[in-house]
Amino acid sequence: MKIRHINIIMHKELSSYTRSAFGTIFIVVFLVTSSWLFFQSFFLMNQSTMRDYFSILPWLFLFLLPAITMRLWAEEKKMGTLELLLTSPLTSGEVVWGKFLASLGFLTIALILSGVIPVILFLIGQPDFGPIVGGYMGAFFLGAAYIAIGLFISGLTDNQIVAFILSVSFILVLLAVGNDLFLNTVPESILPFLKSISLKTHFESIVRGVLDSRDFVYYGLFVLTFLYLNIFTLNHRKWR
Amino acid sequence: MAAVRVKNLRKTYGSFEALKGISFEIEKGEIVGFLGPNGAGKTTTVKILTCFMGANEGEVTVAGHDCFSHPMEVRKRVGYLPENNPLYTDMTVYAYLQYAAQLHDLPADSIHGRIKLVAEECGLVEKINELISTLSKGYRQRVGLAAAMIHDPEVLILDEPSVGLDPNQIIEIRQLIKKLGREKTVILCSHRLSEVELTCNRVIIIDLGKIVASGTPTQLRHLVEDHANLRLTIRGEKEKAIEVLKGISGIKRIEINAVRERGSKGYDIYTTKNRDIRSDIAKSVVANGLELLDMHKEMATLEDVFSQVTTRVES
Repeated sequence: MKIRHINIIMHKELSSYTRSAFGTIFIVVFLVTSSWLFFQSFFLMNQSTMRDYFSILPWLFLFLLPAITMRLWAEEKKMGTLELLLTSPLTSGEVVWGKFLASLGFLTIALILSGVIPVILFLIGQPDFGPIVGGYMGAFFLGAAYIAIGLFISGLTDNQIVAFILSVSFILVLLAVGNDLFLNTVPESILPFLKSISLKTHFESIVRGVLDSRDFVYYGLFVLTFLYLNIFTLNHRKWR
Repeated sequence: MAAVRVKNLRKTYGSFEALKGISFEIEKGEIVGFLGPNGAGKTTTVKILTCFMGANEGEVTVAGHDCFSHPMEVRKRVGYLPENNPLYTDMTVYAYLQYAAQLHDLPADSIHGRIKLVAEECGLVEKINELISTLSKGYRQRVGLAAAMIHDPEVLILDEPSVGLDPNQIIEIRQLIKKLGREKTVILCSHRLSEVELTCNRVIIIDLGKIVASGTPTQLRHLVEDHANLRLTIRGEKEKAIEVLKGISGIKRIEINAVRERGSKGYDIYTTKNRDIRSDIAKSVVANGLELLDMHKEMATLEDVFSQVTTRVES
């Protein structure tokens, strides 16, 4: 695997986000929606903390991140450009990593822009620095996991809408199994298992500011698994 | 050494046998037409040659490297224009060619020069900064071709490069392909026979996953037997003309065609293979008091060859 090759793909995908109106629309929608939802309760609570902000993110990402990953493969398949890409001297792994890092880079840009919110908080109050840093780290890792799923699912279809809906459903399941409402209904014996596979429990643990290596290992393995599955499906394609 | 060597290649999609064991070789510098009706297996073969797809059985070597064990080496040496010419339409021509060059590992300092060169060769210079989505089909085809040759490949594989182009654009693309064929090995897939006939040194006709004929266009024409290869227009009585013609040896069959002028009729003469009896005909017709107004030899077209070899397999 050559870094230079990954870079070429990453650069191309990132610039296709910024070239089209999509990139701008995405960032505007993300910033406006998240701030609006957050500041709604913020002034009521009158507490200088971003905890509510980070508790919204898993649900906001649920709809926003599949929108940035849905086209990554589905569009290439539909347009036929996949054939160009996969007959160029790049390995599937290089292309998959390139696309993954491009989306992650794009998410990072969106997260950095949302840094306006903590800046406002610091201007009007004295929030705790730790949970905010933890929250951003959690958001980054959670986003990486969503993107890895979305990328993998986009590789299974040539229809972007199908890719979007399947990604949302799949992520929703992995979020829901960590939700208290759901956990109350299942037998006690499988609780630890469900908690350990849920995207949400690990995110909440990082956001709480508890830096447990298990959470990072979880997200790392999660991302690697789906990227590997993506590479596997590419290498074993039977498309005409 | 052959630029492309395919041996006993088999490919199935589920229970459908797309390629039933085909073998062929293409020498360096040849322009070979890959001809066949839709669904014959052309595109499947091309996808295997470009390492996009694997096969069930067989050996494939392109530019000296095995497609299955060393696909990366093959990909570096092959330029490919897929069917329907897929492009990233949201990029400018320059950005797209740059991307194609990077994908093929061209050194950064040589990319600009290389883009300039292929843009000139493909007549894209004045469109270089335009978005691909704003270009006409003819220009898009040139962009596809320019991208396929950006890394100066040894073998160029073009799948239906002139589909959807107008006659002028077809001529331009054809000239471009011919020019490329002076230095490179070119495989041209097409179901347009005239195109293959005009550009290729050699034609491989494939149907239902098998090679049904192969050779130069001239060789292939000889495959066609029983063909109306002489057309006459004779002024005079029809019955007498037929009687006279029947008296000439070497004629298999006589048919009356649609040509009709004042007092004259047209006749199609089917001769025995490879016998030139034109002067015999001229002499007999005139000697019997009839007037020979017109006679010309009809060359079998690739269309004839094509329809004959491809229907033969079906029946």
